Amino acid sequence: MRKRYTQAINEALFEEMERDPNVILFGEDVELAIFGDTRGLYERFGANRIRNTPICEATLTGMAVGATSAGYHVVLHMMFSNFLYTGFDAIANQMAKLRLMTGGQLELPITILAGYGGGRSNAAQHSDSPHPLLMNLGGVNVAMPATPADAKGLLKTAIRGRNPTFFLEASGRGGDSGDVPEDDYTVPFGKAAVRREGRDVTLIAIGTMLKPTLAAAKRLEALGIDAEVIDPRTLVPLDEASILRSVRKTGHAIIVDEARDRCSAASHIAAIVADKAFSALKGPVKRVTVPDVAMPYAPNAEARVFPNEEGIANAALALLRPVAA
Amino acid sequence: MALYERMLLIRRMEEKLSIDSAAGVLPGAVHLYIGQEAVATGVCMQLEAKDWITSTHRGHGHYLAKGGDPNSMMAEIWGKRTGICKGMGGSMHVADLSKGILGANGIVGAGLAIANGAAFGAQLRGDGRVVVCFFGDGASNQGVFMECLNVSTLWKLPILFVCEHNQFSEFTRAEQVTAGQIVDRARAFGIHTAVVDGNDVAAVWQATGEAIAVARSGAGPCFIEAQTYRIQGHMEFEKELLAGGKYRELEEIASWRARDPIERWARSLLGSGVASQGKLDEVEARVLRAVNDAVAFSHASAPADPELVFDLMFAGQTP
Repeated sequence: MRKRYTQAINEALFEEMERDPNVILFGEDVELAIFGDTRGLYERFGANRIRNTPICEATLTGMAVGATSAGYHVVLHMMFSNFLYTGFDAIANQMAKLRLMTGGQLELPITILAGYGGGRSNAAQHSDSPHPLLMNLGGVNVAMPATPADAKGLLKTAIRGRNPTFFLEASGRGGDSGDVPEDDYTVPFGKAAVRREGRDVTLIAIGTMLKPTLAAAKRLEALGIDAEVIDPRTLVPLDEASILRSVRKTGHAIIVDEARDRCSAASHIAAIVADKAFSALKGPVKRVTVPDVAMPYAPNAEARVFPNEEGIANAALALLRPVAA
Repeated sequence: MALYERMLLIRRMEEKLSIDSAAGVLPGAVHLYIGQEAVATGVCMQLEAKDWITSTHRGHGHYLAKGGDPNSMMAEIWGKRTGICKGMGGSMHVADLSKGILGANGIVGAGLAIANGAAFGAQLRGDGRVVVCFFGDGASNQGVFMECLNVSTLWKLPILFVCEHNQFSEFTRAEQVTAGQIVDRARAFGIHTAVVDGNDVAAVWQATGEAIAVARSGAGPCFIEAQTYRIQGHMEFEKELLAGGKYRELEEIASWRARDPIERWARSLLGSGVASQGKLDEVEARVLRAVNDAVAFSHASAPADPELVFDLMFAGQTP
């Protein structure tokens, strides 16, 4: 059945909270649910398990760590991913490290939801894609579902898991629709999806970049270029094998990432490809990313720096048809 | 007598650490609690085994006061695989979840929010557990302090905030960085507060008993400001870092040594006839044996297993 991205997240939360009474959720404005993803949970599960908090991110992330001591799986909604920065001590110094630091005594079953990404004139403080920062912490998983089906399946995996996981959801207005299976399914971490098979070039699309990447692949097809599109689905853990298998087949790799270019997920994946599939490469590994700037507000200025279908297609053309491009 | 023995164990363990630190044989830095033992001891002796504490970078005293094993602590500080955290945490991070010690923390103020979350979890479980959050005057200047007072008051969390005012934020005097009285910040929330002489173990014990009763009753958070003094530096070895610079006078340290919480309690026990000098000597001998045992245990233990790093980051997942 076709469902919207936000609806799929909402279903996962409902089903997991029904399944496991140890799942609790708190955050700012979660009772009313401005993103729609927590809608109806408060009415169903009540104030103990669904709780509106004050605006105090530094405390909320720390409380998520503390509440696991009582055996709860904490789902913490941070609203916009830029607000992670305000709560970053407990993310970077506590939840990413305490399992090791306590010799494995502390387990931290925490799922953090946060909307990410630009493209909707939210301006720079509500448009970041901080997954590279999170990937670098070492002790947290990072899931970036691109489709409603993956949103539901990955969120269930996160909530059933025993490790801190950042579930980064595409910000804004319900998201796109897609087929969502009716049965109780999960999507495993560290398993990329091949969204389109092809022979000529591998396009690795992270999170919301899947949509323009698939459109670019279609455009390339009309030009006789057969692109393969890989969606990593989770960045930690990362399915290196699927990426390398595809690049060894096509000989070309382009990574499309909504993060700023410097030290992005794209540059990390590019480094892996250069390191481990060097002999298969027929050209440089390219990155289509956001320049190292803050996301501007004006729609035309935002469009200038945001990855799009045309830019992705042009990157492939420059690789495969250097003269024509 | 139990208060005396616990305080003395903390003191003698740390005196040994001070010597080893000066000798340069410990792997990392140690931040000693000497002079503040009455606070951890007076508070923790009011707690039940099921209660939780969060601690600070100066956490040996809290760990031992809550019943943490001296052998495992010493081995942890020496980086041994028998350490309470398998040698992965070290001096600033001793934790024993089985004893309700949720962990010492190297980030000033980080324990506040963790304790708040633990108290929220305890409240939801309804198991009558209370959480004690130890923090210092330095941490009281972190924004999370106000945030946690706000959330815990709103939600009536079973938490006792114990601010150990030891007069220093690392190498800076309190009057230079802390405005007003810290207790007034807590009073603004209308919660139960107390100010105690943190070098008087009986006073700490008494005030804690009253506060814990309030917190356990479901009435919400409590706050105690314990005024004490950090006899040692922020960390051992600090003289070398400070390169001759100093932030306090020897006379000041001497004046606080005259108010030493352990000697003071010994005098009180002797004066009231609760204990004889012979009994105190027996305690001293027992404590010294425990310290020697901890050192021997640590020295006999193998170094940490480096490969564990890869197992411990995640549950059931490689990093």
